[in-house]
Amino acid sequence: MSFAHDYATAAPEIFLAIAAMGLLMLGVFRGNGSTRLLSWLAVLCFAITLIMVLRAPEASAVSFAGMYVADGFTAFAKALVLIASAAGLIMSLGYIKEEGMNRFEYPVLFVLATLGMLMMISANDLIALYMGIELQSLSLYVIAAFKRDSLRSTEAGLKYFVLGALSSGMLLYGCSLIYGFTGATGFDAIATAMRGQEHASIGLIVGIVFLCAGLAFKVSAVPFHMWTPDVYEGAPTPVTAFFAIAPKVAGLALFMRALIVPFLAISADWQQIIIVISVASMLLGAFAAIWQDNIKRLMAYSSIGHVGYALIGLAAGSAEGVRGVLIYLTIYVVMNIGTFACILCMRRRTGMVEGISDLAGLSKSSPLMALALAIFMFSMAGIPPLGGFFGKFYVFIAAVNAELYALAVIGVLSSVVGSFYYLRIIKIMYFDEPAEPFEGPMSFEMRAIIGVCGVFIVFFAFYTAPLVASAQIAASALIP
Amino acid sequence: MILQGLTFYIFAAVAVMAGMMVVSARNPVHSVLFLILTFFTTAALFVLIGAEFLAMVLVVVYVGAVAVLFLFVVMMLDINFVEMREGFLQYMPIGVLVGIILLVELLMVLGTATMSPEIMAVGTEPIPDLADRQNTAAIGDVIYTKYIYAFQAAGMILLVAMVGAIVLTLRQRPGVRKQVIADQLARRREDAVELKKVQPGQGI
Repeated sequence: MSFAHDYATAAPEIFLAIAAMGLLMLGVFRGNGSTRLLSWLAVLCFAITLIMVLRAPEASAVSFAGMYVADGFTAFAKALVLIASAAGLIMSLGYIKEEGMNRFEYPVLFVLATLGMLMMISANDLIALYMGIELQSLSLYVIAAFKRDSLRSTEAGLKYFVLGALSSGMLLYGCSLIYGFTGATGFDAIATAMRGQEHASIGLIVGIVFLCAGLAFKVSAVPFHMWTPDVYEGAPTPVTAFFAIAPKVAGLALFMRALIVPFLAISADWQQIIIVISVASMLLGAFAAIWQDNIKRLMAYSSIGHVGYALIGLAAGSAEGVRGVLIYLTIYVVMNIGTFACILCMRRRTGMVEGISDLAGLSKSSPLMALALAIFMFSMAGIPPLGGFFGKFYVFIAAVNAELYALAVIGVLSSVVGSFYYLRIIKIMYFDEPAEPFEGPMSFEMRAIIGVCGVFIVFFAFYTAPLVASAQIAASALIP
Repeated sequence: MILQGLTFYIFAAVAVMAGMMVVSARNPVHSVLFLILTFFTTAALFVLIGAEFLAMVLVVVYVGAVAVLFLFVVMMLDINFVEMREGFLQYMPIGVLVGIILLVELLMVLGTATMSPEIMAVGTEPIPDLADRQNTAAIGDVIYTKYIYAFQAAGMILLVAMVGAIVLTLRQRPGVRKQVIADQLARRREDAVELKKVQPGQGI
């Protein structure tokens, strides 16, 4: 393996790293006035990286002494992350200007966080896994506390930092146990060590449990979800939007690779952990959200629930399950981008509002926004012709084919419960007495994002086949 | 072998005890001093497994720089540590309970594991014999070649840490008088000094 090969396979990450440093230099010399320019340049960098990712050869390529892997699976997940990050950054533009967060480090930290996510997705070694997670998490801690004069934002950042450090500790301890009991840190090497074993030694299982605990924290699955509502509520709204989309994709992609590639031989041992986490997340996501009256908190519980559904596919432990997760994540990302774009437009003369009751009578004051939000809510609830239904459909099919009937039944039931609070928002928008209308007009970027997401969700049924096909190719890269 | 084992247990025990003292000491300055003790004993453990370079780096970087900086921070910041500790006793019983359960579980798990003396040789990156390759050179062999990816990633993480610290704490204060060397050099005698003819007995 030559250096040239190493650098060619990791070209997207290297480009993004250099771009981040370049943007930082530009920002330092041009000052805070250039934040808007830097943001659009960062979006351009995401687009270039996306092209590099999609143009890479499809065959699996391992480089940097087995630490880094690029294949169909990483390409799919990276494309999702890059789109999510770009959308998150574009959505922030208006907000950071209005709320006094207009500092040039904001887009730079977005790029660095995205770089961390790409490294997580491509990690093929416990060391690379940890490095990617830390790069992503550290950037996110800072972004969460970015509105440093706001008590809630700094509290969110601090809370996220302390709990994140704890979970990193658990993750590292798990890694050290796995290394101690298998003698290898590379996923492929661990898989070789596992071959032919029916059951893992108990020490290795403890290591896997700690690893799962650390990763479950990063994707905010129950019982490691406690930070999510507080951080989502306290962080500035565009940051919350970013948290809800991009890191979830990266975390779940890493979760799948870190369990399936090295430990496929002992899948029965970790399957039960994932089933418990998944059931608990779905139930908590469905029930705890019912009592929320702050829409950001509601979205936090909703995201916990969605992670639970996505984990069903991982629990299935099959190529079909991985395919289901990828389809689910794609639709989840689009739904959330659209919903948060609507939330970011909830602005009155006094400032941003976050209460669900503030949406009352939206159908009268801005019917198009109400329609878009209604579409996203119906989709999140999983009402048939919309995208959200197909996401759930493919993970449930995988669970049924893996003979996890109980898991599929609980999933369906909790999605029925969950639809209560999604439908409540629609009821408030369409049937309640109108509240004071929001300040208009929406910026062009917001309208474009909401429009594209809405169209994607409504007409998803017509282009399901190509997405399923590409998710299939991606999944077969992980489980041949 | 016995001597080595004995040394290991002594240093390991001191490290654990000092680590516990870091969180339980009443005086924050004592906490930092115990932290330094932890670093020293950990360095001794590194020496014991033949990783002298890491041991020395631990002492130089952590004791020499990080811990001293900690000490400065603790002494300079006006934080009421007694107040911060108020919740500590309240949550201690449940914390200790969880800790004990976890410890028992781990002992049960790790007690069943057997360690073979050859384990050092089958690791991902075995330590070469000191006779044919020095420790520092052995690290240099792999860190910029095999582990270049992790090394560069660590660099990016440090960059984020630096950017983050500046973003969250640096405040531009207007009206602060800074030394501008160019202005100082450009200053001429005529701008600053004025000669006045003073009549005797009159003053200015």
